[in-house]
Amino acid sequence: MVQHVSTAPATTAPGAAALDQLEKAGLKKHRSLWNNAWRQFRHHRLALVGLIVFVSLVLITYVGAMIYPRDKDYIDFMVTSLPPFQSWKYPLGTDTLGRDILARLLWGGRVSIAVGVISATVAITIGTLVGAVAGFFGGAIDSLLMRITDLFISLPTVPLLLMISFLFRDSFYNWFDREFGNGNLGIFVLIVLVIAALAWMPTARLVRASFLSLKEKEFVEAARAVGVNRPSIVLRHILPNSLSPIIVAGTLSVGAAIIGESVLSFLGLGFPSDVPTWGRMLFEAKDFLQLSPHEAMIPGTAIFITVLAINYIGDGLRDALDPRKTQ
Amino acid sequence: MFNYLIRRLLISAITLVIISMVIFGILKIAPGDPLAGFANNPNVPIEVRAKIRKNMGLDDPIPLQYAKWAREYVRGDWGQSFLSRAPAREIIFNRLPTTLKIVGSAYLISVMIAIPIGVISALRQYSAFDQISTTFAFLGFSLPTFFSGLVLIVIFSFKLDWFPFVYDKTVTGFWPNVKQSILPVTVLALAGSAELTRFVRASMLEVISQDYVRTARAKGLREQSVIVFHAMRNAMIPVVTILALQIPTIFGGAIITEQIFRIPGIGSLLIESINSADAPVVMGISMGIAILVVLFNIIADVIYALLDPRIKLA
Repeated sequence: MVQHVSTAPATTAPGAAALDQLEKAGLKKHRSLWNNAWRQFRHHRLALVGLIVFVSLVLITYVGAMIYPRDKDYIDFMVTSLPPFQSWKYPLGTDTLGRDILARLLWGGRVSIAVGVISATVAITIGTLVGAVAGFFGGAIDSLLMRITDLFISLPTVPLLLMISFLFRDSFYNWFDREFGNGNLGIFVLIVLVIAALAWMPTARLVRASFLSLKEKEFVEAARAVGVNRPSIVLRHILPNSLSPIIVAGTLSVGAAIIGESVLSFLGLGFPSDVPTWGRMLFEAKDFLQLSPHEAMIPGTAIFITVLAINYIGDGLRDALDPRKTQ
Repeated sequence: MFNYLIRRLLISAITLVIISMVIFGILKIAPGDPLAGFANNPNVPIEVRAKIRKNMGLDDPIPLQYAKWAREYVRGDWGQSFLSRAPAREIIFNRLPTTLKIVGSAYLISVMIAIPIGVISALRQYSAFDQISTTFAFLGFSLPTFFSGLVLIVIFSFKLDWFPFVYDKTVTGFWPNVKQSILPVTVLALAGSAELTRFVRASMLEVISQDYVRTARAKGLREQSVIVFHAMRNAMIPVVTILALQIPTIFGGAIITEQIFRIPGIGSLLIESINSADAPVVMGISMGIAILVVLFNIIADVIYALLDPRIKLA
């Protein structure tokens, strides 16, 4: 695969343009798939902007939450519902209780993003495992796993998400509080697990399809012929070639997971009020829309921008990792 | 086709049975035994509660309890709401028309927006119109309904004071009803049309570069009839299946939107019931949505086969 891609430019673009391109690319320089993908990705301007925005958001929330002087729970009764950009002390204003919105936004942003990234990671890991096993072994295992996948796809996602979170929230909180002294960690684990459990199915289908076609390819046959063992065939020969759809699906599911957590928290079924994720901030703000609309607009915009950035990254990756589009 | 349908229906029935087992099982293993309802009431003396548990069969083995529940459910008895003591089915069906009105109009509007925009976008690929509509579709696709709802309330209810922000079921007359439905319908229609526009555009782009479209042009047909009768007719096949698949999704979206605008529909009923651990109502609504998902999956496949002669269901 890697070899194939690196020789592609010479054959696809004829004439002077091709020569020019070859020179630019540097014939001697080895170009890997990832190199190619990155070159392609940079051409997708909005995807690049999305990547910069997302990385900045991660840095700002993590570093900001550490160095920002005011505590997220500090209450200043003297200034409640202060609009943003009015005072240096509270750059983004305060909420109806007089808490610093910027402090809460930074602190909770980390949690929102972490829930998104970790849920997506868990989801694509499950999806890849299921899809790889189903596609590689085929037969009865394949039918069984695909039946299970179909079943999960038919589950009523939103009701289940809300129901499980409501029913098991307290026990997860209490158990983690007792065992690790941190109950909110339990809520975090619960939300990540529920979102991942309801989101792995598309990845499983993609990986299975990709495995089904790849395992019949000549290079896999060649590997088999020279006596490579099964785990190596899967891990070193088939899996790397089906990474593209996994990466794209994984990226897009980060955004979906962030929205999922926000929905839960927005409906009051997610994190408690001492964990001000962006969804939780919206939940607390939604009853004071008339009094202090900024309290809802700020975390809402944060969610929107993050999800938008992730979706653009996913869009760019889809183009960049599509071998048909390689320049 | 007939055999296929029978097999599909059979698989769907099994799927639904398993889904109901999953939901029932979750409610059973959940701490606090939410299915016990009245037997959980702390105001009732312990001995009486034990008696209630016995009478309701709550101490039976779980599979037996499930079988009893399933039998009643199929017969149309969805149990009694723990909260209002009324039959769960009655409560759900009372709330249904409001949701159907909102979801139905949002759905129609999103189709009416998405199809023309998607088609024009594809016909003029990379034009200013295409770029703008693609960007808007992307924005709408990334904008969660809970936020777009709040933004619309702040702008149109508080700043401009055009529309009410709380839905009132008792309002009578056509115009006041339209007025209070505009914001929630807009939220849902925006979300639905964003995804659909992208899909229509992609499907149209794929068709329009095919040889038979060129042939239609080459034999001198008017552009209009090439687009409408040759290209669109085929481009709409996958779109129609997506339309069928979107129906359950839009109900899911309605849960959040109803909560924002306090619309007394199925979605807000679900949240109320979850928050008060009203298991029969939660079961009823979840099963309803599961049935919708499974049903519209079949419908999508059948429509696809009917519209596309290349697909043979066997």
